[in-house]
Amino acid sequence: MNELSSVDRPNSYIGRSVPRPNAKRLVAGRGQYVDDLRLPRMVHVAFLRSPHAHARILSIDSTAAKAAPGVVRVVTGAEMAAVCTPWVGVLHHLKGLKSAPQHALVVDRACWQGEPVVAVVARTRAEAEDAVGLVEVAWQELPAAVDMEAALATGTPVIHPDLGDNLAFTREHVGGEPDACFADAESVVVQAVFHTGRHTGVCLEGRAILADYNPAEGRLTAYHSNQAPHMMQTVFAKHLGLREGDVRVVCRDVGGSYGIKVHVYPDEMATAALSKMLGRPVKFAADRMEGMVSDIHARDHRIAARAAVTKDGVITAMEIDDLTGIGPYSVYPRTSAVEGNQVVNLCGGPYGLRGYKARTTVVFQNKTPTCQYRAVGHPIATTVTEGLVDLAAEAIGMDPAEIRRRNLLADDVYPFRNLAGLAFEGLSHHACLTKLLAMMDYEGLKAERDALRAKGVYRGIGIASFIELTNPSPFMYGIGGARISAMDGATVRLDPDGSVAIASGVTEQGQGTEAMLAQIVAGAVGVDLSRVRVTTGDTETTPYGGGTWASRGAGIGGEAALQAGNALREQILVIAGAMLQAAPESLDVRGDAVVDRDTGAERLPLEELGRIVYFRGDTLPKDLPRELVATRHYTPKDYPFAFTNGAQASYLEVDVETGFVKLLRHWCVEDCGTVINPMLVDEQIRGGVVQGLGGALLEHCVYSPEGQLLTGSLADYLLPMSGEMPDIAVAHVETPTKESALGAKGAGEAGTAGAPAAVQNAINDALRPFGARVFAQPFTPARILPALGKI
Amino acid sequence: MKPAPFAYARASTLAEVFDALETHGDAARLLAGGQSLVAALNLRLASPSLLLDINGVAALRGVTFADGLLRIGALTRHAELGADPLVALHAPLLAQAVPHIAHAAIRNRGTIGGSLALADPAAELPACVLALEAVLVLASRAGERRVAAGDFFQGLYRTALRGDEVLAAVEVPPRAGASCTVQELARRHGDYAIVGLAAQSLGQGVQLAWFGVGAVPLRTPLAEAALAAGDIAGAQAALAGELDPPGDLHGPPALRLHLARVLLGRAAAALKGH
Ligand SMILES: Cc1cc2nc3c(=O)[nH]c(=O)nc-3n(C[C@H](O)[C@H](O)[C@H](O)COP(=O)(O)OP(=O)(O)OC[C@H]3O[C@@H](n4cnc5c(N)ncnc54)[C@H](O)[C@@H]3O)c2cc1C
Repeated sequence: MNELSSVDRPNSYIGRSVPRPNAKRLVAGRGQYVDDLRLPRMVHVAFLRSPHAHARILSIDSTAAKAAPGVVRVVTGAEMAAVCTPWVGVLHHLKGLKSAPQHALVVDRACWQGEPVVAVVARTRAEAEDAVGLVEVAWQELPAAVDMEAALATGTPVIHPDLGDNLAFTREHVGGEPDACFADAESVVVQAVFHTGRHTGVCLEGRAILADYNPAEGRLTAYHSNQAPHMMQTVFAKHLGLREGDVRVVCRDVGGSYGIKVHVYPDEMATAALSKMLGRPVKFAADRMEGMVSDIHARDHRIAARAAVTKDGVITAMEIDDLTGIGPYSVYPRTSAVEGNQVVNLCGGPYGLRGYKARTTVVFQNKTPTCQYRAVGHPIATTVTEGLVDLAAEAIGMDPAEIRRRNLLADDVYPFRNLAGLAFEGLSHHACLTKLLAMMDYEGLKAERDALRAKGVYRGIGIASFIELTNPSPFMYGIGGARISAMDGATVRLDPDGSVAIASGVTEQGQGTEAMLAQIVAGAVGVDLSRVRVTTGDTETTPYGGGTWASRGAGIGGEAALQAGNALREQILVIAGAMLQAAPESLDVRGDAVVDRDTGAERLPLEELGRIVYFRGDTLPKDLPRELVATRHYTPKDYPFAFTNGAQASYLEVDVETGFVKLLRHWCVEDCGTVINPMLVDEQIRGGVVQGLGGALLEHCVYSPEGQLLTGSLADYLLPMSGEMPDIAVAHVETPTKESALGAKGAGEAGTAGAPAAVQNAINDALRPFGARVFAQPFTPARILPALGKI
Repeated sequence: MKPAPFAYARASTLAEVFDALETHGDAARLLAGGQSLVAALNLRLASPSLLLDINGVAALRGVTFADGLLRIGALTRHAELGADPLVALHAPLLAQAVPHIAHAAIRNRGTIGGSLALADPAAELPACVLALEAVLVLASRAGERRVAAGDFFQGLYRTALRGDEVLAAVEVPPRAGASCTVQELARRHGDYAIVGLAAQSLGQGVQLAWFGVGAVPLRTPLAEAALAAGDIAGAQAALAGELDPPGDLHGPPALRLHLARVLLGRAAAALKGH
């Protein structure tokens, strides 16, 4: 038994689809989301938001609002600025990135429709909304910079004159010899201009915060629907003039996040500041309408791209020119340059190129700010890369699967550093593609597609290989000066009844973080899963950590939990050895009891060990250590990121009369290393795929030329619904990372990364008989019909 | 997203409804299924001072067939409409429309009276009653008056209903044996249609009523005549002169016109297939 690694010990839960410990509580309606919490003396805030994309405040009259029933306080930007300092969303390592100071409430100029302007605090949310309607703001409308294509043109208003222009960030990267590859007379060059629509991540639970500043102790407690409590602790402290230790951030149940809840929002900062101003608890829960204009948006990119391919199917080079509009401010503290930067990093990622050139241009505009949303940059890079690969295949008459076989990085090439500078520890592109093609019966599907074409039914098959960044090290944010922890800790404790408590720095937003932690620790310590309790999301009671984003929960938080669980088991065995007069190495913990390692015979229930240690310590040797609690931390050190990979495929039908797309099947094979809970991983993949499909076909934040959001409710911002979703088959290849004992990489974003590219390629496959192609998402009838020449 | 304050009253007779309408005038709004009105309240698109719940008014309920007329009470829920044997027999077009309307939970609450009174131009039932050449029964203290469906829909969310009136019922001339079809295109099942068509043919006559193509549901007589004569292409061509659809987030006017032609072709095939 000694040769078993710590992850496949007897009664290990790794690799088992056990139900999540919190599922029953949540489906029974016994969750505690921020809006469920009620504190004594609590009041509610509602915000007057800018109705204009760009406008100056001439005057504010809040007389009527102040006199309205239930109103406690009306606060303008000038008053707010005295309590809450502004912030600037830049990081040093994103060289040249600039942004302007952003305030919790507009001080004199609103820069997007939906920016919070005046806060009204009242006894109830309804009263606060009534009074918001009574606040009168005299606006001077200003010309707005709306279209990102024109952001840098002369004549376009410069949003922040102090910055000189609307250019937030630009970066160009050249690797290998792209120019030589494109100049090669033997090669064919393919090109296209891709558009990925502006999206937002719609969480079931909207953003919410209940801030409780207690003047008697000078401390702020924020109950916050958020992914990164320790980051918010720093932010609240810094901008409200408190010490970090005097701020507690509690994230209980969080109803989805997708990256939306990992940013600093002016309305949430204002709520915390209002609590400090009023010395009482203030609640803000964004409703759907204000969420649509104030939650971060993402993925508003136009990418002109080309690739060179030799006649025998070697893709030699790719060149990418990315433009993205990020709204009027770079979002704090992660910045809005990361997405464009990721496009530069990730294009061409699965392939072994000889030349690579990529540039991103990140511009300001008067729209809702954009920032990191699930699979940051990946759906864009994958759409571009895989779109080019399919164009290359078509240009030389090669099967799309075959061209990938010829160009994907070989499975034995690792460790490998690609031309974009990314370091890969171990990927499995070929194993994933092979499994995918077998799973979908690629040849059979092609035959079916061809047979149906003859009958006037136009189906298409699309494949997309992808890489995905997970488990980020300090190279992601810390290096740029952000106080965002790349390290996470776990504390694991044995209580006298033999149960185990875990406190972890990673957080749960519905994806099953707590299930993953419980499984790992139950196995490591040797107790039944039902004996484990998990606490996350509380800066006061959990070890310091980064929270859950960038697919880091299992890979980083899970590894810390594993190490802590192992340490607790060792502590138990030392004490048990003394009690049983046996060598600790001859013992193990299994099934809630200390057992003889070789025979498995039970020697001492943990409950009995706990009873003696805690209540009859007098019976133990004096010098015996009695610690039954261990804390361990983990941060990745060998690689900046643990890249994962996978392949997806879509099978769909295009109604060539109406331009409607019907999704028929979807497949995803991905490699997240060690799979801790297959059910949770598969559902993460499926949910991620659906979010990708939504972006490819339905979701779109559309603005008028004046900068008004036209898709401001869920009647117009079309989310994918189950009725239109295909069956999604998921399978895995497991290449554990050797950096950790657990071997887990992230799995939360892979589905979103690859799905839009697979759909794009499938639609273009279906349209191939007509010589029609589409590259602008979402792929709507209004885009497909013109491509077909029907309108 | 909280509604502005309002008072709530529940009526159990039409007389109580008329009393309240007299007292409160425009400040009162009738509450039927609430599936459109409550959303409008929450969005503060409507802020009546009194919400008058008519769900307890028995006179507005029930489906009957008498004196050669199918009478559908205004409070008939979409789900009831879809399951009613009299509707299936005498006005199968209405039954066929039901699965296209929203989602099951909404169909369990939403009513035909609410749908017609709201007169959303992209809704199914207004177009269906137009195709069926139904008559709407409007009740007030002064008694009932009957308005042909073609005269009821007057503009975007505007109908012939007066402030003192309640839509009491819909009367449908029986169309047993008619072949009919509801065709629509929506990006997701249950969404309001981008373009929709309620079509019926009986004997020599064809009725085509469009939704989602303008401010009100529309008949297209030239296309009807061409289709009745068996000229599908002619009917499709006629649409260019008879429909002037708006552009919106779904696409330009040309998109809707194109989709309308496609739907007409599909409707013609469906009617023939019966
Ligand atoms: C998500 C969603 C999707 C939907 N999709 C569709 C769809 O695809 N197709 C579709 O047709 N509908 C759709 N609807 C609307 C739904 O069918 C509504 O139920 C219907 O339009 C209104 O009926 P109601 O009984 O709910 O009316 P209410 O919401 O109660 O009232 C609507 C209006 O009609 C007035 N009113 C109601 N009854 C009467 C009466 N008897 N006399 C006079 N005035 C009256 C009210 O005062 C109010 O102004 C959707 C609704 C939702 C929420």
